[in-house]
Amino acid sequence: MFLQLFYALKHEGIPVSLREYLTLLEAVKAGLGETVDDFYSLARTILIKHEEHLDRFDSIFSQYVAGSMKLSPTDLSKIQEEWLKYVTENNLTDEEKAMIEAMGGLEELAKRFQELMEEQQERHQGGSKWIGTAGTSPFGANGYNPAGYRIGQSGSRNRSAVKVWDKREFKDLSDKEELNTRNLKMALRRLRVFTRQGHEEELDLDKTIKNTSKNAGFLQIEMVPERKNNVKVLMLFDIGGTMDDHIDLCSKLFSAAKYEFKHLEFYYFHNCLYERLWKENRRRFNNISPTFDVMNKFNDDYRLIIVGDASMSPWEILHPGGSVEHNNPESGLVWMDCITKKFKHHVWINPNPKDMWEYSESTRILKQCVNDRMFPLTMEGLSSAMQMLKTSNKRSTNVSNSEERFG
Amino acid sequence: MSFKGTETYIASNELQVAVNAAIHLEKPLLVKGEPGTGKTLLAHEIANSLGKKLITWHIKSTTKAQQGLYEYDAVSRLRDSQLGNDKVHDIANYIVKGKLWEAFDSEESVVLLIDEIDKADIEFPNDLLLELDKMEFYCYETQETVIAKKRPIIIITSNNEKELPDAFLRRCLFHFIRFPEEEQMKQIVDVHHPGLKEEMLNRALSEFYRLRKVNGIKKRPSTSELVDWISLILRDDLLKDEPEDGKRKLPPHLGSLIKNEQDLMLLERMFS
Repeated sequence: MFLQLFYALKHEGIPVSLREYLTLLEAVKAGLGETVDDFYSLARTILIKHEEHLDRFDSIFSQYVAGSMKLSPTDLSKIQEEWLKYVTENNLTDEEKAMIEAMGGLEELAKRFQELMEEQQERHQGGSKWIGTAGTSPFGANGYNPAGYRIGQSGSRNRSAVKVWDKREFKDLSDKEELNTRNLKMALRRLRVFTRQGHEEELDLDKTIKNTSKNAGFLQIEMVPERKNNVKVLMLFDIGGTMDDHIDLCSKLFSAAKYEFKHLEFYYFHNCLYERLWKENRRRFNNISPTFDVMNKFNDDYRLIIVGDASMSPWEILHPGGSVEHNNPESGLVWMDCITKKFKHHVWINPNPKDMWEYSESTRILKQCVNDRMFPLTMEGLSSAMQMLKTSNKRSTNVSNSEERFG
Repeated sequence: MSFKGTETYIASNELQVAVNAAIHLEKPLLVKGEPGTGKTLLAHEIANSLGKKLITWHIKSTTKAQQGLYEYDAVSRLRDSQLGNDKVHDIANYIVKGKLWEAFDSEESVVLLIDEIDKADIEFPNDLLLELDKMEFYCYETQETVIAKKRPIIIITSNNEKELPDAFLRRCLFHFIRFPEEEQMKQIVDVHHPGLKEEMLNRALSEFYRLRKVNGIKKRPSTSELVDWISLILRDDLLKDEPEDGKRKLPPHLGSLIKNEQDLMLLERMFS
């Protein structure tokens, strides 16, 4: 009965399984999703497991409801009715109601709504139509479509919602690739700095035996702290522009890193490092972390991993004001120099194939900037990059004795 | 048996549906959301409103899944054997029951809160898959299978410090507590401070939402902080007078809203 919704979710890459679908049916059978509001909450509770997917779920659900109205199958008639009632009673002013009548009633409007929705998706622009059409606003306010979800957050109605909708191509790196990242995790696993710190909670067998025999056979328990990976990692991601070609691979890498490193900090930049970084790509223009602050915030025992394709015009690196996005007072070269001096353990991971590097002037310059430690984003490249991060640590000598290392 | 929020806890419709689904389907409910939006409180209130016993299992970074089931105290058994204690012949004397066992053992169904599951080791949730799914586990030492007499209502909270494995998530229902909108926030405040003057409430809320909107704040104040803050203001009878036009001063008792000294400094710089 809700198979359409289920397959739509699956198609959009939300991990849903048969088990969850059966659970949903069971819940509906038990009468938990009587009204469309309840059904929405119920389906969301059962099918969705990550808050990152909520937004996508809302958009699919809205399409589903709109679509099911167009087709109007008999089993959904109840929900349909409820939904119509909800829309009319709660969300429309008298003026709007009159306008709906003029447009041929709610059924017609629902159809129109869906058409608009599809059109909007295809074009990714041209919000004027979207905003201008009277009567679509109740759908937004209802919270079932992506625009609606945003409206609730930003307060100022249609305009901003559509803007965010349009800007979606600049999405944050999502970690939806979780399942295919196992080999990446294995590669990252090479970067482990094991230390024994904290509570003593593991039995030290050798010492216990030794001390027990010393103690004339009376038990003398000896404990040691557990061995843990204590490596700290700072990752900087190039995002947007030419990096769009690699967004899939970078998402995988990000997801693997998030899993593997307990102390992971990450920021985004565009093309080359300048005085500003940001944490959320959506708010890249108003929520900025100055590079200088980031450098001061983290100790130099952080391992720096820069991920970027290093493809740009050399001008963007070498000259002040060279950035394509803003007017930077100091050249990218200055900032690259600062940050590699501060974080002695650094590598650059480049998703472009290695044999293309020499044809790009900017790649050559940046490779030099990171002391030749540029590696391709392949299993092999990643492994040697991690090896480099570990061994470059040995050279810098200030290591406490408690650290054990396994190559 | 259904949950509708309580006198001291305002639950949104979505949350009510989620909780009732969890009760009915007998599946654990995973609750996420910003700190201070009442995740932990939810379990307390469910137990309260349904008149059930609450068992809480607080997870720390050192917690192991096995500790929730039972622990075998080999060391004291060894010691007893050296001292010639008779207890030593029955291994059951050295099995210490954990919170899950306690919940499974109860004659009445209980509410089990597994608090901050993300604090534990990455493998922790995986070690609880069967236990949460079938509500049973096997005790090797005494060779018995412990099966829940009445399936407990399990509420799990997470602050997202670590990602939870998919296999675990599939066995849970999930609800994300969104930060309350102003209307709902008024209800929540009203529950804690009944009879607050409308005008005063509006002023307090506008100050509060203004602070939340400041860019670059590390820990934004949340519901629980707002409730504390309002009680402080009420005690000292502050916020009575409208601030002079154009002057954006910092609200009094800022320390109860902002918990981070960098945030405090940032705000002082911005509004001084």
